[in-house]
Amino acid sequence: MEERKLTCIVCPMGCQLNVTLNGNTISRVTGNGCKRGSAYAREECTAPRRVLTTTVPVAGGAFPLVSVKTERTVPKEKIRQCMEEIHHIHASAPIRIGDVLLENVCDTNVHVVATRNVPAAGTKAESPKVRNEDRSESMQ
Amino acid sequence: MLNVDLAVIGGGPAGLAAALEARKNGIEKVLILERDKELGGILQQCIHNGFGLHYFGEELTGPEYAERFVEQVEEQGIPYKCDTMVLHLSRDRTITAINRTDGLMKIKAKAVVLAMGCRERTRGALNIPGSRPAGIYTAGTAQRFVNMDGYLPGRKVVILGSGDIGLIMARRLTLEGAEVRMVCELLPYSGGLNRNIVQCLEDYQIPLKLSHTVTNIFGKERLEGVTVAQVDSSRQPIRETEEYVPCDTLLLSVGLIPENELSREAGVPLDRLTSGPIVKETMETCVEGIFACGNVVHVHDLVDFVTRESITAGRCAAEYIRKQKDAGSVPGEDRKTGGSAQDQNKDVAAEAGCQSDGIQTVASDGIKYVVPQYAGRGEHPEGLKLFFRVDGIYRNVRIAVQCDDHEIYSVRKRKVAPGEMETLTLKPELLGDLNTCSELRVELVSQDK
Repeated sequence: MEERKLTCIVCPMGCQLNVTLNGNTISRVTGNGCKRGSAYAREECTAPRRVLTTTVPVAGGAFPLVSVKTERTVPKEKIRQCMEEIHHIHASAPIRIGDVLLENVCDTNVHVVATRNVPAAGTKAESPKVRNEDRSESMQ
Repeated sequence: MLNVDLAVIGGGPAGLAAALEARKNGIEKVLILERDKELGGILQQCIHNGFGLHYFGEELTGPEYAERFVEQVEEQGIPYKCDTMVLHLSRDRTITAINRTDGLMKIKAKAVVLAMGCRERTRGALNIPGSRPAGIYTAGTAQRFVNMDGYLPGRKVVILGSGDIGLIMARRLTLEGAEVRMVCELLPYSGGLNRNIVQCLEDYQIPLKLSHTVTNIFGKERLEGVTVAQVDSSRQPIRETEEYVPCDTLLLSVGLIPENELSREAGVPLDRLTSGPIVKETMETCVEGIFACGNVVHVHDLVDFVTRESITAGRCAAEYIRKQKDAGSVPGEDRKTGGSAQDQNKDVAAEAGCQSDGIQTVASDGIKYVVPQYAGRGEHPEGLKLFFRVDGIYRNVRIAVQCDDHEIYSVRKRKVAPGEMETLTLKPELLGDLNTCSELRVELVSQDK
């Protein structure tokens, strides 16, 4: 039997949850103000997952970095390992939002995708409507 | 002189939504002025997710949320000028701006939307004693270094202030290999969202020290360490609890201030409680034809609410422009104009203009501020939406709205906190009495008694 304390994040109440674990199964959740709290506690104690967001350097882009995310949540315990793999990505411009920059990160079946557009350096943000000429100066 | 119908100052989420909504409402000549090199504002550096749950019903990162609006601005062909700094705004809605291609320019607008956002409080605002080494940044500046420029500001980090940006940066710096030693919060509770405390601090075992502050800063060229002390109930440091914490970086996440230099120059009256312009429910300020929306009005927690508020500003600015056109008058010239904003009586006179058109909303017991500060006396076909913050953590309370001494609305809350903006909508049928009412008072009523 193991006791764990959690702060519920489902709503602004922030209930302090007490979870009684029997190995990997949950025998009791107390302190939750509603049903959603116990569901949160169950997932958080047995298989916590997070979306990971970070940045990747870009070669030849109008910006030096592209922001990325895991398309879906990945297991929390693999976050550090995912950061390691993402650090090895070499991306080059142009990049569009949603482009897959790394497939199946750390065998999670989740892709790492770009979350912003990075036009190639020297183009005007891919738009003819941009008014100022000097915005394409490379920041590298 | 460049003539436009609507000039939007600021190309962040507020400005983009306002410009788009004005265009949707038939305003052709819209111009967005942005001082950064691209549109999107601060969202571009907020690479974490959690944006858009309310507005789009899905979780987006900051740049993704911004892109949805930038894309529409491009599709609609709404002109914008980036790398452009607005230097002055006058009461008659003449804008002085400068950039490298156009040089100095004057822009005359029939209506203006102020969407300049806010900026961070700095060390100077806190008066932390000690030396002045490198390595002390506001959390947002550090966020820009890491997420946009690709620099890590330091290796051993102390964060003062538990606002959301500070919490987000604690996680971000940890993931990039820095050691975040602790997050100190002067108050006995955090100003950040619970979700961020759990996912940014607890996930990475970063200690959150409540009722603690930084009392001294050490280091000559580069920061070498800080002293951290517990504070008593009157927020005074307790000397015996002082502890030296070696670090090379101190991040400050100690509040945001709406950026209203231009509003002041234009003689727009500001609310001392929000530090933003006093606005009517149309988001028009007390100066005719000048509207405001987003963090320049009051600091929001969620961009979704900024978008909604800015849509109102854009729609009402469009309506204002149309009415002026129909009336055949040149807006601004039928009123007293003039540049001498030093004349403080003008502010008073301008606020009197607000008062004559509407009913004042008042923050009463337990409420820090209410936006909008004035509600029109006319019809409210969509109801009246109020945004407000409470001044402390309360449990088991009722939020009540009083029309003079007559309660017209009440809602129960199990918990309210200053970190979470509250909102309520008064339905049209409730507002029937508004004409007879001299003020709308929002207050907290304890349920325990």
